[in-house]
Amino acid sequence: MSLLAAAALPDSITFVIAAVIVVSGALGVVLMKNPVHSALMLVMTLFGIAVLFVEQDAQFLAAVQVIVYTGAVVVLFLFVIMLLGVDRREAVFADTFHGQRLFAGFVGLCVLAEVIFLGSRTWTTGAPTVQGSLTNQGANINVIGNSLFTTYLLPFEVTSALLVVAVVAAVVLGRRHRDPADGAINEHEEVQR
Amino acid sequence: MTIDPSWYLTLAAVLFTIGAVGMLVRRNILVMFMCIELMLNAANLTFVTFSRSLNDVGGQISVFFVLVVAAAEVVVGLAIIVAIYRRRIGATADDQHLLKG
Repeated sequence: MSLLAAAALPDSITFVIAAVIVVSGALGVVLMKNPVHSALMLVMTLFGIAVLFVEQDAQFLAAVQVIVYTGAVVVLFLFVIMLLGVDRREAVFADTFHGQRLFAGFVGLCVLAEVIFLGSRTWTTGAPTVQGSLTNQGANINVIGNSLFTTYLLPFEVTSALLVVAVVAAVVLGRRHRDPADGAINEHEEVQR
Repeated sequence: MTIDPSWYLTLAAVLFTIGAVGMLVRRNILVMFMCIELMLNAANLTFVTFSRSLNDVGGQISVFFVLVVAAAEVVVGLAIIVAIYRRRIGATADDQHLLKG
């Protein structure tokens, strides 16, 4: 297939645009000085990933990605940034340790090479899993629902327990300490340390 | 005609690398947290790609569970960050040296 014909395919165009959005958003997360800008760049990346999910016929996951990640997780990040007032600029390229950035780049290149090397060959052996076909049982959400409430019912219930534990942990960690003597909320614990 | 899965896998590898380098380079704890999200999303993209190429629903179910665990992780992690900031220890990972044994 010639390059021109490949470029004319709608799937290719969608993939290229989404890939550019994803990579530029990810670079923005790392390079932006202000944490608020990093969070907004993260939204861009997550939307690009959702587009790639739709392109691979994972419509349910794309919707969940937008709702959970951009609707809840990033908003939570922004809440914490604003609440703590930490939206100060940071010198991204100031070395704390000598040569640390250089070494990080070297490690990153090693990681990239390793992942691509591992992905370019087939290490898997044995029979593939038998969790069910993705295409022969109707719409995407039907397939996922069927599998989730039959084969994966126990993990599904365990995740609900996990969410309860996370909520309780957040409440406990977020509480202010009370003085055991009079029960008053101790607002000045930082000063007393 | 759909895109070859290797393109998606390469994109996921690049995304994971950017997240890993950001984790090493940045000092702000919140931005380091966002880099973890980048790496999780790279893994999710890989799951969905293999789910399509192997025609198996297990990959998409895995992404569903990763999303749930990531949400729980963010809730607990941000609560810990708020608790640290409330003690006025500092804004960057370098200021958390009290955690060492």
